[in-house]
Amino acid sequence: MANPAAAIEHHGHTPTTTGLDHRKVAIWAFIGSECMLFASLISTYLIYKGRSVTGPFPHEVCSPPVCDHVMKPILNIPVTSVSTFVLLMSSLAMVLALAAVENADKPKHSLSEKILGSSKLWLFMTALLGTTFLGFQAFEFTSFVHEGLTIRTNLFGSSFFTLTGFHGAHVTAGVLWLVTLLAIDIRRGLKPKDAVIVDIAALYWHFVDVVWIAIFTLVYLIH
Amino acid sequence: MAHDSAADHVTHSDHVAMGEVKEHPTWSTYWKVAVILTLITACEVWIYYIPSFVAGHLFVPTLLILSAAKFAIVVMFYMHLRYDHKLFRALFTGPLIIAMVTIVALLFLFGHLAIHAT
Repeated sequence: MANPAAAIEHHGHTPTTTGLDHRKVAIWAFIGSECMLFASLISTYLIYKGRSVTGPFPHEVCSPPVCDHVMKPILNIPVTSVSTFVLLMSSLAMVLALAAVENADKPKHSLSEKILGSSKLWLFMTALLGTTFLGFQAFEFTSFVHEGLTIRTNLFGSSFFTLTGFHGAHVTAGVLWLVTLLAIDIRRGLKPKDAVIVDIAALYWHFVDVVWIAIFTLVYLIH
Repeated sequence: MAHDSAADHVTHSDHVAMGEVKEHPTWSTYWKVAVILTLITACEVWIYYIPSFVAGHLFVPTLLILSAAKFAIVVMFYMHLRYDHKLFRALFTGPLIIAMVTIVALLFLFGHLAIHAT
């Protein structure tokens, strides 16, 4: 059996009966509970889907007398596809940031090794891509309001803004978390012993990504 | 009676030695996964713009399968669930299964899958 003091030194956490870091167990339990939250929001959206009595509608044209004037389908698939790609790439940047922290002590000789091994660069890229995604969401929400869809317009508006708004709030929290990690990295540098704190943030970030994978298909593509 | 607390504890190294935890993938694996995710997303958007496919019965199942594949790839490779301890797998898949069953049950009760008495 390994010495517990050595475990603290090498793995950055106190010894436990399972040998697993409590913080990692906690974040997985939290992510499990978040699955329930988003399941309730997604099921609400799906139940109300197609039951709006007035437009605008997500995929269908709304014509008089249902609407005062002709309203085109409101969802903008090309823009959302780009924002989905941006969020997927942020997950890549996040996992590269974690790998960089885990391998921070290894010598880096070539330029590519230095780029791949820069945790500051990848944390910054993740936060930047997350912010870009939020920018796309702000653009989408603003254009919807200009076209006459608010959270009070119809069942689609209520369930859509609630679902994507909750997801956007999670992305915002994730960006703030990443900026905090970046500040720590700039201030004192993240070492392999800090990998678990980056790992926890990464798990949260990837979860936000997988939730969007489900939302993109269920809300935007299926009709 | 003296209690040796060290004897009760298991370390990360022990889990690796017992094969319960594997080393994380390399940078090249992460890049390959990103390419696969991008291709699947492109495929999803592409089939959205094929009217004959959208009108067919395979449109929704295809999108659901592609989405599930992306979900599983991110969870397995980026969240390291394929490599980490089975307790983490249980903490995630347990609630995920409950969540999915809840969605399906609610759709049967109130949604488009509801069976209405005539």
